[in-house]
Amino acid sequence: MDKNITAGNLTVSSAPHIVTSLDTAKTMQLVLIALIPALCASTYFFGPRVLLLTAVCIVGCVLCEWAYEKIMKKPVTIQDFSACVTGALLAFNLPANFPIWMALIGCVASIVVVKMMYGGLGRNFANPAIVGRIVLLLSFTSQMTSWPVARGMGVDAKTAATPLNLMSDGGQIPPLKNMFLGMRGGAMGEVCAIALIIGGLFLIWKKIISPIIPASMLGTMFVISLIYYAVKGGYQDYNALYMAVYQVLAGGAVLGAFFCATDYVTSPIMPTARLIYGCGIGAVTMIIRLMCSYPEGVSFAILFMNIMTPLIEKTVTKRYYQSLYGGGKNEK
Amino acid sequence: MHACSYMRNNHQLFQERKVSEMSSYAKHLHSIDAGHYKNTAACETEIMPIPAVVKIPLSQHIGKPCQPLVQKGDTVKVGQKIGDIDAFISAPIHSSVSGTVTGIERIRSANGGYDTRVVIETDGKQEISETCVKPEVTDFKAFVQAVRDSGLVGMGGASFPTSVKFNPKNIDEVDTLIVNGAECEPFITSDHRTMLEATEDVIDGAATVVKWMGMKEGVIGVEANKMDAIDALNKMIEKKGIKNLRTFVLPAKYPKGAERVLIYEVTGRRCDAGKLPADVGVVVSNVSSIAFLGQYFKDGIPLIKRRVTVDGDAITNPKNVMTLFGTSVKDLVAFCGGYKKAPKKIIMGGPMMGRATFSDEVSVIKNNNAILCFDEDQAFIPNETACINCGRCHQACPFNLLPTGLADAYLHKDVDRLNELHVMECMGCGSCSFVCPAHRPLSFMHTLAKGLVKEAGKK
Repeated sequence: MDKNITAGNLTVSSAPHIVTSLDTAKTMQLVLIALIPALCASTYFFGPRVLLLTAVCIVGCVLCEWAYEKIMKKPVTIQDFSACVTGALLAFNLPANFPIWMALIGCVASIVVVKMMYGGLGRNFANPAIVGRIVLLLSFTSQMTSWPVARGMGVDAKTAATPLNLMSDGGQIPPLKNMFLGMRGGAMGEVCAIALIIGGLFLIWKKIISPIIPASMLGTMFVISLIYYAVKGGYQDYNALYMAVYQVLAGGAVLGAFFCATDYVTSPIMPTARLIYGCGIGAVTMIIRLMCSYPEGVSFAILFMNIMTPLIEKTVTKRYYQSLYGGGKNEK
Repeated sequence: MHACSYMRNNHQLFQERKVSEMSSYAKHLHSIDAGHYKNTAACETEIMPIPAVVKIPLSQHIGKPCQPLVQKGDTVKVGQKIGDIDAFISAPIHSSVSGTVTGIERIRSANGGYDTRVVIETDGKQEISETCVKPEVTDFKAFVQAVRDSGLVGMGGASFPTSVKFNPKNIDEVDTLIVNGAECEPFITSDHRTMLEATEDVIDGAATVVKWMGMKEGVIGVEANKMDAIDALNKMIEKKGIKNLRTFVLPAKYPKGAERVLIYEVTGRRCDAGKLPADVGVVVSNVSSIAFLGQYFKDGIPLIKRRVTVDGDAITNPKNVMTLFGTSVKDLVAFCGGYKKAPKKIIMGGPMMGRATFSDEVSVIKNNNAILCFDEDQAFIPNETACINCGRCHQACPFNLLPTGLADAYLHKDVDRLNELHVMECMGCGSCSFVCPAHRPLSFMHTLAKGLVKEAGKK
């Protein structure tokens, strides 16, 4: 070979010279894979419109990100798949019969307002899908709260109430089996708890999400409802334990715990901070569900704790390093 | 308990533990799977023919560079001292060949500074200098002097003069020698081959150090992916009937061979930044250094050669080579069949902490355990993207630091925040950069941040 093969051709860079193959895009792809069981279940319960709405939201979110970056003359980052995850999660938070044009407004609110205007991926302080859902809930309240009937519910009506609606009205609630499998009213991605748990466990197994946040959030909800119903003497014929399980499965708690609350950008890094964050979401959710006029509070709770995240992280980090390596710089 | 039976128990314990997840063992610090790529583990070390010219740098240790003791035109023999300096932290440099000094040149060194090199044209005879005599060690002082005369520096990468390391202020409090045979860096197998091929030297060297430093015991820490080396060492310890030496099986993860990590894994003692291992009663030495000492106390030939792993996708025949110091990387690569593809990156050392050089004209020196030549594909590092706050860097850090927070503080030049997050604890192992899904050069930023903190401390 040529004698001067190396002359001027060598890269000099800092160590390490090898890196993992797991990048942001692959992480996001794994989250999308984890959402597939819930998507399948939802399609079974609410029909093919689920697929249409999910596709619209994903395409809408990706287009919003692309268009914003083109207009603002920034490098295009849609290849990191994060907009796809936002789109899918936003769709999962909508009723299956939600009008498409309204869903697109949700995409704009999520991507343009919450994510891109704050500096894009990694800089948003709140979960885009959650804020998108809240914007839609407040703007189009009636469409966002009229739920289509899921297959197998055995209700002869055009619309169905969610278990939490039924509960706040003091009505007859569906059995636990239906809550697990998804025969209940609700947003299209949140009804089938078992599919969401499978997806969540997949993410924990792949080490994409830490189990701390879902476990602490659902655990707190369980404990608070257990105490609440124990003091109250249960709900109708059901005892406190039954109702505590019920509360954990109802509404968007499982979807929120595994997929929304664990969003990297808006959740803390330190394990202790994650614990506080998870417990906070669980507590706020239960306060809203049990004491406020909204029947469901997961998205508000997540948004609230998103805003708290920097404060929790700051406090925890400071204390953690003080205890680990001692006080300030003067000590060494 | 008898040392040998203890050691076997440890072995069995490990075998049982290997089945379950080892990283769940409470004493382990965070570590990562950086891959092993130990392609040359089965390659018996080959001895390279004497190159026509060797260029021996006079700065092969941490501390002041040596002054040349020879001039142009001098004849030198193998083992003859050609550089030395009267500084506390220093080690002399010996000629690795016999031949004629044809010049003393100043050249850019592999680390970007300038270096003086003694250029020696070899005569191929390899005549051994009459100064090379078996050292007579009668007391501790003579031991330290012999170690200094041998020219030994830490051969694992740090190149800290060993005679200084073996002579701590609190010698009475130092009770344990840890021989570092972890070799956690991917690709490198030179320590592995040393343990297999110079097993007796390793044991003899360790026993000598333990004896003269008055230590309680010596522990040879080896990663679990080198069970053959562990078996060989155990057999040799048993054969020699040495009671205060044992092997210790480390998880095969990165960075278990980092000094502070190794101390914690073996003894459970914490050696935070700013402390010396001796402060926690430990002396850590690389297994190749110890093997050299074993040999040196037998024949008195100073440190003039070492095993070097030559690997990477651009190399035709990756192998382990016994290389004389001063051999140029180019000659070494030629011995390994030359370049298969155009090299894009040449690394002196391992891929996690090694240094990329700008040329293959640089010389192999004492701490150079590997030469890795990466082709375009292997050298490729994807572009940096935005931090997604996933926290993998924190989970990867052996010392539980917060790399993403440190990087942000560095980018804001916030020295107070850097101190609050204890940037000085970072040892630059590169685990955070490795695992980062956004491929941010976190470890590099920490190095810069440490410089920033030191600067601010001076003001």
